[in-house]
Amino acid sequence: MDNNVARGLKEDFPILKSCTYLDSAATTQKPRQVIDAMSRFYSSQYANIHRGVYKLSQEATMLYEDAHTEVADFIGSEQDEVIFTRNTTESINLLSYTLHEILPKRKEIVLTELEHHSNLVPWQQFAKRHGMKLRFIPLKKNFTLDYGAAEKLISRNTALIAVNHVSNVFGTINDVERLVSLAASKGALSVVDGAQAVPHKRVDVKKLGCDFYAFSGHKMLGPTGIGVLYGKRELLGKMPPFLTGGDMIRSVSFDSAEWNDLPMKFEAGTPHIAGAVGLAEAIRYLQKIGMDEILSWERTLLKAALKQLKGRKGVFIYSPGTEKSSGILSFNLQGVHSHDVASILDERGVCIRAGHHCAMPLMSKLGITGTSRASFYLYNTLEDVKRLVSGIEHAQEVFA
Amino acid sequence: MNDALYREHILDLYKNPQNFGELKGATHKHREFNPLCGDDIEIQVAVEKNRVKDIKFKGRGCALSIASSSLLTEKAKGMKVEELMKLTKDDIVEMMGISMGPVRIKCALLPLEALHKAVLHDA
Repeated sequence: MDNNVARGLKEDFPILKSCTYLDSAATTQKPRQVIDAMSRFYSSQYANIHRGVYKLSQEATMLYEDAHTEVADFIGSEQDEVIFTRNTTESINLLSYTLHEILPKRKEIVLTELEHHSNLVPWQQFAKRHGMKLRFIPLKKNFTLDYGAAEKLISRNTALIAVNHVSNVFGTINDVERLVSLAASKGALSVVDGAQAVPHKRVDVKKLGCDFYAFSGHKMLGPTGIGVLYGKRELLGKMPPFLTGGDMIRSVSFDSAEWNDLPMKFEAGTPHIAGAVGLAEAIRYLQKIGMDEILSWERTLLKAALKQLKGRKGVFIYSPGTEKSSGILSFNLQGVHSHDVASILDERGVCIRAGHHCAMPLMSKLGITGTSRASFYLYNTLEDVKRLVSGIEHAQEVFA
Repeated sequence: MNDALYREHILDLYKNPQNFGELKGATHKHREFNPLCGDDIEIQVAVEKNRVKDIKFKGRGCALSIASSSLLTEKAKGMKVEELMKLTKDDIVEMMGISMGPVRIKCALLPLEALHKAVLHDA
């Protein structure tokens, strides 16, 4: 990718005509292709799935099942190991309510200090319910994890590790392969929060070796309300269902029920069918460009921003450096609250995020209340970076 | 009203707020914290014969919360406690003289919340 390609891609996103959007780590904008696929589905292909014998229902069923295959091919799993949920949060909550029976009978869960609340709070509750304890792999001063400490923390006392693949605050790409293999060597299970990874880099769950992997559709050009939980087939088979009711059963009597095959066992009720269709289209769009190309373009943009901001007086940057990061730039301006930075940029049509980024314990560890965060994606251009930098300069002038 | 948030009067108040600091002889105080953005404001009031004799605030926050604290403490001086309790969001918006969206208005309302809770609590 280069700037001309990015400019061309931007044309696919109707909303980007009206603003400079630098908040893709929160959610991404949608290309015409995804909007059209969903609109087409509702206009001419929509019906409920699985039990309708008429043609329309069969077509809808096929589209919904194809979406599982599309996701499976994208992350290197089998089709029946892909469960559709609402989002990453729901995927992790699903695990936190179904995992206990298959965990080794040990007392510790290991997380990192970088977790988003969605991969922290469910495990806090889980630990409370089951009398377990959370331990945290610490963050080093260079905004990467302390793997030496991880070697000691992950032990024969560890039942489970639950770690993020890419930090939503710093963009740090964590070596989850290493953490997962460490966990496996101690007989612990592993959950990876991939919400910030799958949209930005190539992910192969089999190569990572993790037991479970969660991510959201809306952060990767897809619609809201559709997320994914990948799980190893033999583990999903042993776990009890999360939600029960329609579609997740094979047969029901007045007294009992028998669970359906994977993945339906974990997809109770009428799912977000159109969401699955939209997500499949989003994946096709991403694959046309190529995940390696996307990551490399994000890094080009990050590098350009860092070059213009580093060494600028009163600018503090929280980044592990381009080579260890996705396209996320967290920063603070001396004497200016992060919400004021975001509001000033907003007055110029530049959308960035400010605050604690759902990582309050991490913010307290850093001794700050929040950061401003610009996050880049495939539709951002070098001109967007320029608008960001000039907005930051303007904020500094206003508050000088 | 003006669309721009950071008009001169708001920035001036942020950089040089009125009534900032520790109030000796405060009879009531309350610290209010907005975890969303980390704004942290404590209002201290000295009430005498049911009127605000003196008022100060301390803490840290964004430009809107500091400017609002400054304006509110100025307005509160000399007011009766009952009048104080009747102050609303509309009064804050009027004092600020800017149009704030649903998210940022919470910053400006934080000191009012602190003030209302303060007068209900002895120092």
